[in-house]
Amino acid sequence: MADLVFLAMMAVTVGGAIVALEAREIVYGAIGLAGSLFGIAAFFFLLDAPYVAVFQITVYVGAVAVLIIFTVMLVRQERWMKEATYSLGRVVGILTAAAIAASLTLAWSASHLGSVPVQPSQATFVQIGQLISTSFSPALEVLALVLSASILAAITLAKVERGEEDQR
Amino acid sequence: MNTLSDFTFVSGLLFAVGIYGLVVKRNALRLLFAIEIMINAANLNFIAFDRFLWANSLQPEAALGQTFVLFSIALAAGEAAVVLAIVVVAYRLHKDVDVSELKTLGG
Repeated sequence: MADLVFLAMMAVTVGGAIVALEAREIVYGAIGLAGSLFGIAAFFFLLDAPYVAVFQITVYVGAVAVLIIFTVMLVRQERWMKEATYSLGRVVGILTAAAIAASLTLAWSASHLGSVPVQPSQATFVQIGQLISTSFSPALEVLALVLSASILAAITLAKVERGEEDQR
Repeated sequence: MNTLSDFTFVSGLLFAVGIYGLVVKRNALRLLFAIEIMINAANLNFIAFDRFLWANSLQPEAALGQTFVLFSIALAAGEAAVVLAIVVVAYRLHKDVDVSELKTLGG
């Protein structure tokens, strides 16, 4: 059964996700998202996958969360703080989320996942490196293409043209 | 040690929170938060099943789940970069990032 550390990590992860979506000040929401991603990294450590956990902290908490916080500070508006709190859409959203959570939980508690025996050890980063450099090397090259294309697209989209700057 | 269903429970909760954000929120940044949360729920499932599935962790396939998650994290980083650039452009054009107002993006 779940112990205290697991419950604390679960609270940080799910609570951070809820703060990310529900905090009135969206900067706090971005910080809550970073906390949630950090909680996921803690789960990766708990599952004996330290390489992926460190990768998660470096890329998500280190790069993506900071990028999001900077963008939020660039585009933030005071009127977002006064958005409607109670509406029909919100109730429908909460009901949908509760239905999905309930159905997933019921399906998993009815299955045999709870009695799967824990394996003695987890694959190491040496095996990850072997997989990436053999079977997954085409995927790695496609990923490199996708990453460079997305960086180019981001730069091209966000670039301010000289004439455009003069008009404002 | 926790059982596999504990991790799938956390993952299901996170996924439901992400669905809630996608259904309710109209702010493009909040939608990005919701998508990142759902991607992380899926990643957690990958790692958890990878930990519990392979009896012999020395066989090459035992690292499949971790490899998938590494690729997924890199892809999510690229996706976040593009979405944030679109948000900055939309803000420059409309002074707002409400997705229900951004009709000009629809062509």
